[in-house]
Amino acid sequence: MGVSMADGVKIKGTRDGLLVSLGAGDLPLLLADLRAQLNRSPGFFQGGKVALAVGSRPMTRADLQQICDVLGELGITIWAVISQSPMTRAAARELGLASASPPEEAPSDLEAGQEPAVIVRRTLRSGQSVRYPGHVVVIGDVNPGAEIVAGGDIIVWGKLRGTVHAGAMGDDSAVVCALQLQPMQLRISGNIARSPESNRTKQKARPEVARVRGAEIVAEPWEP
Amino acid sequence: MPGKVITITSGKGGVGKTTVTANLGMALAQHGQRVAVVDADIGLRNLDVVMGLENRIVYDLVDVVEGICRLRQALIRDRRVNELYLLPAAQTRDKTAVSPADMIQVCEQLRREFDYALIDSPAGIEQGFQNAVAGADEVIIVTTPEVSAVRDADRIIGLIEAQEKGPGSLIINRLKPDMVRRGDMLSTEDVVEILAIKLLGIIPEDEAIVISTNRGTPIVLDGRSPAAQALDNIARRIMGEDIPMYQPAREEGFFSRLARMVRGGD
Repeated sequence: MGVSMADGVKIKGTRDGLLVSLGAGDLPLLLADLRAQLNRSPGFFQGGKVALAVGSRPMTRADLQQICDVLGELGITIWAVISQSPMTRAAARELGLASASPPEEAPSDLEAGQEPAVIVRRTLRSGQSVRYPGHVVVIGDVNPGAEIVAGGDIIVWGKLRGTVHAGAMGDDSAVVCALQLQPMQLRISGNIARSPESNRTKQKARPEVARVRGAEIVAEPWEP
Repeated sequence: MPGKVITITSGKGGVGKTTVTANLGMALAQHGQRVAVVDADIGLRNLDVVMGLENRIVYDLVDVVEGICRLRQALIRDRRVNELYLLPAAQTRDKTAVSPADMIQVCEQLRREFDYALIDSPAGIEQGFQNAVAGADEVIIVTTPEVSAVRDADRIIGLIEAQEKGPGSLIINRLKPDMVRRGDMLSTEDVVEILAIKLLGIIPEDEAIVISTNRGTPIVLDGRSPAAQALDNIARRIMGEDIPMYQPAREEGFFSRLARMVRGGD
């Protein structure tokens, strides 16, 4: 999902939501890494729920509590702990968390390039929001006052006039495309752009794609 | 056949919900329908004032809900037409005095006795709004051609869709054709393009509305003014008539204006 480090902490989108995986290494270092990753895009994680995968690492209740605390700083809660270690699972249950051993076959997180997508088949109206760790496809309009935050790309088959944030977990390669690209505000990873003040609505609308080039977001015709 | 409960709402305040409710109720009654108008804005009641029935209130909606009186006792008959009744809101209580379940029950009774019950919703998206739409069969959203009002209308439509009350239909109020022509005001097309729901009518800005509202005489009662015409057309569309849309923004030359005067309005 763009936010993966060679080792240490990985945050990935899965079908069931966000998955935080702890790799090898000392717990304090991993915690620092986790905190740094979360703070790169605090808005995305705010108030979210994640599953925690810790491999076979044996963890005490205090260890897990420390992770809960770091996540809690951003209002994130853990809903499940996945581990091969019976000790860790027992510790998780003591904290009132669901726990499970990992599934037999490949882990549920998807490799880069196979990120899941959600399709929204309606117009998003003011006050409605979609947050998803993968790609978001809207078949309909995104009205002013509506909001989409996606870990991956955002594709709108309609008029995009709301606020969107693609690559919200730090993926600069994410794109936003729409049949009419007139967002209130458009963010890709850590870059922010607003639609030009000129009255674009009067122009003949054509599909456009926005992406990061250098240090800024540019919109270009969206052509096959 | 049971009657229809229609809630009139907007999100934003001050766009003319109450005036529209009073006038549509009056217009429907003028066309021979049995109509109840209900003020669901508990604590900030207005509908009685706009209808000029303030001094006749004995019981109100909260009294009905709490079983202090029967529905019939709380309904105030408007003597200017045949079958128009007002169910006023309580002024001394607040919206927590009524629950959505209470409103569903009241609407059920109204449906049995009237052809149409129009519910005037409070502004906002909180409990008062939830109460007002709880028992509705249909929802009419009133907006003005202002960006903030349209934004709130959009929010309301989203909430109504989430409650499976259908997308509702739209009234654009206080349109100023001159300003639209100059490009200084959102046009009907601009508003409909964003909200993308059925347009029920367009009411032009009309000073006569202010006068009628202050006097407690709904404007459709003495009605040849443009706003009165527009409101009457909306009432007839609610009754299922096919009335061409009033188009106040069209370019009007001297001859077409003259022709309209000869025909006696639009």
